[in-house]
Amino acid sequence: MGEPQLCDLSVPGRQGIRFPQPDVPLSDLPPAGLLRDELPLPEMSELEVIRHYTRLSQLNYSIDTGYYPLGSCTMKYNPKVNEETVRLPGFAYAHPLQPVETVQGSLVLLYNLQEWLKEIGGFAGITLQPAAGAHGELTGVLIIRAYHRSRGDHKRDKILIPDSAHGTNPATSAMSGLRVVELKSDARGNVDLEALKLECDDTLAGLMLTNPNTLGLFDENVEEVIRMVHQAGGLVYGDGANMNALLGIVRPGDLGIDVLHYNLHKTFSTPHGGGGPGSGPVGVAENLVDFLPGPIVDVIDMGDEETPPLYGLVQPPKSIGRVKAFHGHFGMAVRAYTYLVMHGAQGLRQIAEMAVLNANYLLSRLRDTYHLPYDRVCMHEFVLEGRWPEVPDVHALDIAKRLMDYKFHPPTNYFPLIVHEALMIEPTETESKETLDTFADAMLKIAEEAHTNPQLLKDAPHNTPVGRVDEVKAAKELVLCCGVSALDRE
Amino acid sequence: MSNIPANLKFAESNEWILVEGSTGTVGISDYAQNQLSDIVFAEIVVAEGDEIKQGDTIATIESVKAAADVYSPVSGKIVAINEDLGAAPEVINSSPYEAAWIIKIELSDPAELKPLMDAVAYGAHVESQG
Repeated sequence: MGEPQLCDLSVPGRQGIRFPQPDVPLSDLPPAGLLRDELPLPEMSELEVIRHYTRLSQLNYSIDTGYYPLGSCTMKYNPKVNEETVRLPGFAYAHPLQPVETVQGSLVLLYNLQEWLKEIGGFAGITLQPAAGAHGELTGVLIIRAYHRSRGDHKRDKILIPDSAHGTNPATSAMSGLRVVELKSDARGNVDLEALKLECDDTLAGLMLTNPNTLGLFDENVEEVIRMVHQAGGLVYGDGANMNALLGIVRPGDLGIDVLHYNLHKTFSTPHGGGGPGSGPVGVAENLVDFLPGPIVDVIDMGDEETPPLYGLVQPPKSIGRVKAFHGHFGMAVRAYTYLVMHGAQGLRQIAEMAVLNANYLLSRLRDTYHLPYDRVCMHEFVLEGRWPEVPDVHALDIAKRLMDYKFHPPTNYFPLIVHEALMIEPTETESKETLDTFADAMLKIAEEAHTNPQLLKDAPHNTPVGRVDEVKAAKELVLCCGVSALDRE
Repeated sequence: MSNIPANLKFAESNEWILVEGSTGTVGISDYAQNQLSDIVFAEIVVAEGDEIKQGDTIATIESVKAAADVYSPVSGKIVAINEDLGAAPEVINSSPYEAAWIIKIELSDPAELKPLMDAVAYGAHVESQG
């Protein structure tokens, strides 16, 4: 371990702060029965605490320190100008319970963001409330359920999820009380139309479509898939986590997708991972606007020549209710708004083009060395197989761990499940050709090592503060308390 | 190479069934456990006495790599579940065909066994999966 735990650094009696003698009368202690004899907190000086946490912070790996090709997570650069705008006092010190007249600037920003997200996706309404992607999914599926119920159509309890969808989709549907049926992909990685046909009946509530899917492929039959679901009376949910490939090129609403969540923390450059929180706005088609969670920002008084329009909060008439306190993660809305202002419509299209170009460049450098199970031009990401028949003991996990020795964050591995030993790589548009080449060189070198010295991969990582962790033990022994072993707890 | 006992029938989704009289014992294949790698959690989601249909989920298994549902290859009434599995899910790795049986089921429609694969066909199926 590179850094000891606080309890191991503790020295009895050491303290960081000396309190002055009290200049007020002491009150009595609570009754003895409420007091503990000991409080096992680490005893350290302030300097030692600062050094401990500073050292830990230096072990962090982030998009600001290195390349992070984590598939389907869109780990793009988070521009620092976003951090400037979100700290403007008018935004930073606004309170969500202030009278709307006093926060018109913040409301205009939210309103404009709603309008732009409608335009980008081709939707009639938007809620900014959901706290992250899967929360957006839950919101969207609850809207689909509410829509069917409002029409008295109570037997629609089935939701179809292709096996190339994001892993959160089945959990979302199950949480919404719907029955999940998995749909197979065909040999080209599209939704299998025959399998879909068999499930298109009057119990169909909807289909959750990730497009491009987790293979990084745009469904070649997407319009037919959507038509079949609509014909059976179902609605189509779009998982917008992969919107980075589509910005300014395809509007999901134009394809017929009824509901879609965006990930502001992927596509629109707000922090992702430990730097969060996330934000998962949901866009809907015209017939679902009344079901959106509220409140939503709208113009509540058009004003006149003398008075500017007044922005306020409105509740859609058949709203499924709130899904988050206040207005969602407002700070993320400011960052995403900034990103949209900085790029403009043309810039957004270039983002998608460069993301797809970068992925295909990287794919072209790796495809002769790593097996590409679905051999097509990819969108913003692609999935390779992390194994070779001639070295059966080397797995995707070993390749991922070895990449850490080359100072790269590993790609997503073992997902999607339809590719054995999957390595899902998403370069994003914010990386230079030099970075992509350095990564490709490392991947090629690792492939060579796998054949000449497989043990090097099996034992990786070698150059990190913590070596190969015991994943079985980590999954089975959930002991997270400092200085407490599994034995002590029993 | 996967271990594929000759006396079992297999479903495409990698469950095995051992049929004795009108009762079937169900588990997951050696190939399936090997694909999942180290299994850290198993929960049987049906109970003794349940009437289930072919394709219903009978258990959820999690490994360090993935979570997977286990489906019943046949319809019928569950007559026993393996109570020991939850406490020691790792036996699915070490003994997929014996200690790690999941349910015993009274078959309601023996004709459902027909389309299941025998050991030879399953061997070819596994081979094609790579």
